[in-house]
Amino acid sequence: MYQIDPSRTDLVEEFRNNPYGPYSPELNLVVNRLRLMPMGDRHILVCTKNGCEWMLAKMPSKRGAAVELFKDRLFTNYDEGIWEVFRMRWQTVTGESLA
Amino acid sequence: MVSTYGPERYRADLVRIICGDNAPDHDIYREEDIEVPFSGEYPGRHQPIDAGSYAVVPNSPEFAALESFTVQAWVWPTTPHKGEQGLITRWDDALARGFALLIDDTGALAMRLGDGRGNTTEVSTGEPLAMRRWHLVSGSYDALTGELNVCQEPINVDHENHQVASATRQVEFSAVIQSNSPLMFAALPMTLSNGKPGSRGHYNGKIDRPCLAAGALSPAERSALARDPLPHERNTQVIAAWDFSRDIGGAVISDVGPNGLHGKTINLPSRGCKGYNWSGTEQNWAHAPEEYGACHFHDDDLYDAGWETDFEYLVPADLRSGVYAVRLQTDDDETYIPFFVRPPRGATTSKLAFLVSTVTYMAYSNYQWLLHERFGEVAETEFTTLGKGDVFMQEHPEVGLSTYDTHSDGSGVRYASRLRPVLNTAPKAHLWNFNCDTRILVWLEDQGIEYDVITDEDLHEEGSALLDGYRAVLTGTHPEYYTTPMWDGMRTYLAREGRLIYLGGNGFVWRCALSSEMPGVLELRRPEDGIRYRDEEPGESYLEFTGEYGGLWRRLGMAPQALVGVGTVAVGFDGSGYYKRKEASFDPRVSFIFKGIGDDEVIGDFGFEGGGASGSEIDAINPMLGTPSHTLVVASSEGHTENTWLVPDETGFHHSAMDGLQNPNVRADMTFFETPEGGAVFSVGSIAWSASLSHNDYRNNVSRLTENVIRRFLNSDPFPMPK
Repeated sequence: MYQIDPSRTDLVEEFRNNPYGPYSPELNLVVNRLRLMPMGDRHILVCTKNGCEWMLAKMPSKRGAAVELFKDRLFTNYDEGIWEVFRMRWQTVTGESLA
Repeated sequence: MVSTYGPERYRADLVRIICGDNAPDHDIYREEDIEVPFSGEYPGRHQPIDAGSYAVVPNSPEFAALESFTVQAWVWPTTPHKGEQGLITRWDDALARGFALLIDDTGALAMRLGDGRGNTTEVSTGEPLAMRRWHLVSGSYDALTGELNVCQEPINVDHENHQVASATRQVEFSAVIQSNSPLMFAALPMTLSNGKPGSRGHYNGKIDRPCLAAGALSPAERSALARDPLPHERNTQVIAAWDFSRDIGGAVISDVGPNGLHGKTINLPSRGCKGYNWSGTEQNWAHAPEEYGACHFHDDDLYDAGWETDFEYLVPADLRSGVYAVRLQTDDDETYIPFFVRPPRGATTSKLAFLVSTVTYMAYSNYQWLLHERFGEVAETEFTTLGKGDVFMQEHPEVGLSTYDTHSDGSGVRYASRLRPVLNTAPKAHLWNFNCDTRILVWLEDQGIEYDVITDEDLHEEGSALLDGYRAVLTGTHPEYYTTPMWDGMRTYLAREGRLIYLGGNGFVWRCALSSEMPGVLELRRPEDGIRYRDEEPGESYLEFTGEYGGLWRRLGMAPQALVGVGTVAVGFDGSGYYKRKEASFDPRVSFIFKGIGDDEVIGDFGFEGGGASGSEIDAINPMLGTPSHTLVVASSEGHTENTWLVPDETGFHHSAMDGLQNPNVRADMTFFETPEGGAVFSVGSIAWSASLSHNDYRNNVSRLTENVIRRFLNSDPFPMPK
């Protein structure tokens, strides 16, 4: 299993500048690693106003359980929301936070 | 039928849906209010859903006469550790009266007994049942000795050595099993919040050959009874012996014993399933029904939500054919319930029919794959963004699943019903299927092209007679699922003088079945390959509704290439390609298609589905699979991404060049061919096509080309077959 090197802030910068790809081969590995986290560890977005507003949320690990909503973490720019998801997942996987 | 989850009032109105895609940057959403008698305010009420499959045998004097008795069955539990699960029960929850053979909280077989006067007792083997292994389980009560016994006997496979486990407890009260409760398989009874009878404690797994006998049978008697194909003829103690291999395809369960205590299944447990004695010699339940005696129950099966009616609307004869929806609104929320109005039966009101893919909509109804599948995000190549409907489905599993999902026990979902709340197939919901199809409708209206709306279910029921009155038929973006009658109807229409315009991708792919007995439900089995999302249980590839072998039409020797020229080759969601004209596009046979389009003009390098008209799921020709020999490939797509991959049915092995950057087979072919009776078929082979139609206020070459084709197909001049 690929392990993310937390010192590779160059890859973080690449994602920030191009969140939807295509990615460099190394960033592709990083993004896939973040997309393969256990379901209950995943931060996601929930669309709260169609095409206009998104809320940070976290998936539950079990069917039927509530999606955890972070009501004070709203984004009116989708790119900013996706960046927040990347940031939170990076922290979960590497244990290190991104500014 | 409406249920509210909080609001005390709601407003209901009727709207005609011209386009259900409400993405703000697409700017194509259109609905029209229709004045109807039911418009107005209604009181909200919560209507519960009794999800989970089980079977019920009505109460009977035979049950009331029980003193000493034995119940037994073969069981194949799939989640023995999920908590209490009823196997064979006749239990009154309110009075704690009756008996219940069940799996207890430890995963072990247990028997509960209650006299309705406050006395209950339970005995457990204390040994968990093995997951996905057959066991003969029994529970018996001897009224003379007061002994309550349970026993589980595993059938050991290969290298395993599960042990027989049994236990006996002395009952300290006189347990006369008087009860008004029905007999239930795979659940315990419960009264729902609206006072109706319902169920709880659902069992996940298979049950085969359950039976009920008078007297506490010995181990030898139980064993003989369990393996006897005609138990009631040799054991006079048998009260009932249910044979689930009978009536496969329906909801009836037959008692082959002396008393005819027949019952019915609720919420579509899977039938045509391998029994305890499956030998592997036969794969088709119809050929060896005695080896297919099992019913597979799931705690998240749902057929009919069974809600009560809140208001009614009789569609007037003069309402134009089209897509409609009931719009339900509260102060801060809204939802839509779509429906389709066809012309009066036997009549047409346009030369063009838009064939709505309602069977495919059913297959996808309440799609939750991304909520459950660990590899969903890497397949979709994006981080998850949920809509409000997705959040609701996550938090309310009682609304049931789609055929893309797995049950809570990991087995694949085979049935999808429209008789329940469907969260993802509605205006303003997912941009897939329904809403993408309405992009074609809004384009038709913008072009001033009249159309009738007909549906897959109409085609299934009426065959080519439904289509014959139309000069041309237009598909939606993704007509993926076809029953055999639908397939035959379309083929017959084309064999006459029909004309088909296939404006989608990944179409005509899976054989599925509709029930002749239970309306509004689709059955699908996914053997062999294809984009399956889950594996099919070996030996269970034959559809229970029809007895047909399920799977890809391609694997059945009837590939979509033979019907429409192209068939699925690749899938990718991170970007779309565009088309370039091929030499064949300059053939006079197809000059009408490219009228007003330049010789070197790139077609569809725009659109809001990946930026191009060729994408999402794409199709290409394959003469080996039946593409007609005179087919013209007038354009092919390029510019596909590294995350657009060949579908499994297109490759016999994985390799490092399966993507759109490297593999020449990752492309959509735009095709045309004539048929012998003056008809023709035009295909674009791409789901993304419709997302390019409205580009530049509908003034673009995808729109122009589509209009060219439709106008010519509506012209009565026959298409001459090439020499």
